[in-house]
Amino acid sequence: MRMTTTTMTYTNILVEKQETSPGSGIYIGLVALNRPSALNALNNHLMQELVEAMQAFDKDDTVRAIVLSGSERAFAAGADIKEMADETTVSIMSKDNFATWDRVKAVKKPIVAAVSGFALGGGCELMMMCDMIVASETAQFGQPEVNIGVIPGAGGTQRLTHALGKYKAMEIILTGRPMTANEALQAGLVNKVVPVELYLEEAKNLAIQIASKSPVATQLAKEAILKAFDGSLDDGLRFERKNFYMLFSSEDQKEGMKAFMEKRKAKFVGR
Amino acid sequence: MSQINDKILLTEKKNGVGIITLNRPDKLNSFNDELSFQLQDALKEMEKDKEVKAIILTGSGRGFCAGQDLQSRSIAQEMGQKPSLGDSIRRRYNPIVTKLRRMEKPIIAAVNGVAAGAGASLAFACDFRIITDKVAFIQSFTKVGLIPDSGATFILPRLIGATKAFDLMLSADKLTAQEAFDLGVINKVVDEADLMTTATALAERLAQGPTKAFALTKRAINKAIFDDLEELLEYEATLQEIAGRSEDFEEGVKAFVEKRPPQYKGK
Repeated sequence: MRMTTTTMTYTNILVEKQETSPGSGIYIGLVALNRPSALNALNNHLMQELVEAMQAFDKDDTVRAIVLSGSERAFAAGADIKEMADETTVSIMSKDNFATWDRVKAVKKPIVAAVSGFALGGGCELMMMCDMIVASETAQFGQPEVNIGVIPGAGGTQRLTHALGKYKAMEIILTGRPMTANEALQAGLVNKVVPVELYLEEAKNLAIQIASKSPVATQLAKEAILKAFDGSLDDGLRFERKNFYMLFSSEDQKEGMKAFMEKRKAKFVGR
Repeated sequence: MSQINDKILLTEKKNGVGIITLNRPDKLNSFNDELSFQLQDALKEMEKDKEVKAIILTGSGRGFCAGQDLQSRSIAQEMGQKPSLGDSIRRRYNPIVTKLRRMEKPIIAAVNGVAAGAGASLAFACDFRIITDKVAFIQSFTKVGLIPDSGATFILPRLIGATKAFDLMLSADKLTAQEAFDLGVINKVVDEADLMTTATALAERLAQGPTKAFALTKRAINKAIFDDLEELLEYEATLQEIAGRSEDFEEGVKAFVEKRPPQYKGK
């Protein structure tokens, strides 16, 4: 049995730490969206709790990777429309609630999204802020904002285009139609599609696999990969090279390469 | 023939078994818009209902289902304007076939009489077929210049092989109870009087079984032979759209209504 510990109490999310193997002292952080009555619609309070929980995991040295999930029925059906229906351009700009969302992007540790049911609108955008996506066969993805007279506002036009390419992204965003799990897999939006009974476990397994590597290396790799999405190739390559050189001041690099030459498994310490 | 009930679709639930009965006996239970939507709803409800663990689909009167009601108002209207059979199939029949296959509960077609056109397609989309010795399956679509739909173009070849399936589709010949049994697509042929008791006994036995394992088995079979279900249904609807715009279809329906042999031109 794996140890799990509940860390803090929130209203809209459930947060846990799960040890990767008994006694390892290494954990994955689990965050589950938990507004079942609203199909996990992402209101401002929920997003603040989510960011808080993720930042706490980011600071916790024993946590190496994070799994973000919803429920079997819905990862998240969207942003909370009720909350913004009456906003004006000026009022919505001055509240700037999306600033909270932007802080998800600053999380350094790898995040695996475990997605079942609806991942629509803001739910799809939150999912795309994660680094890997494990989907259940029953998952449905889409950006239906045009159906209610708006457009994606939390990164959908950019991240979906990066994932699918211009033409497919145009179709999905301009028609607002949902994609099935298999279509999303073929289009390159998700890493893996598994039966609904196992999606959370598969996502955890992926996180556990990552947790066994040097956290210094996985975090710098994540940072460098994300760099590929802004700026020129030359900038990205320079950034990658810098991170690569930087790792040579870590103990994990010394241990990792030594273990490789000695044909044994590396013991990473996270420094 | 008098209707035994005002409702065109009957549902009941007993001992873990849901029974859905098509109930337009004077029209051989053929589908008008309303019946197709009611069947969609009934299947959805039985999928959700945790007490329903196996399902029987049957018809009342002397037929199982004669497929599309060619005299129903909507088709007549569609004929008046530009007919869009593709859209009609996407809205009405394809959701039924998808539900029959994707719902992870065993579905038994208790075929009480002739199953023609989409009626035959639905019987073949179910998991079990128990039939009476008087039953015949007819791929009647090409008689009026259409293509087989509601999954028939890929479900039937996968069940009985493409050679025999193509033959049946182009000839629109009857597939008799005995022939169907010999082809291995019938679980049991019984006397008319025993049909519902046999189907109910099977359904109740299934309902008491390891239904999670049954559900996973259906999922695995779907993955093995119907993984492309939605894609092929969509393609079939597109081809039916083309057939629906043909002069042959117009002539076929006209001849059917006027009860005379059609004069086809191949376009």
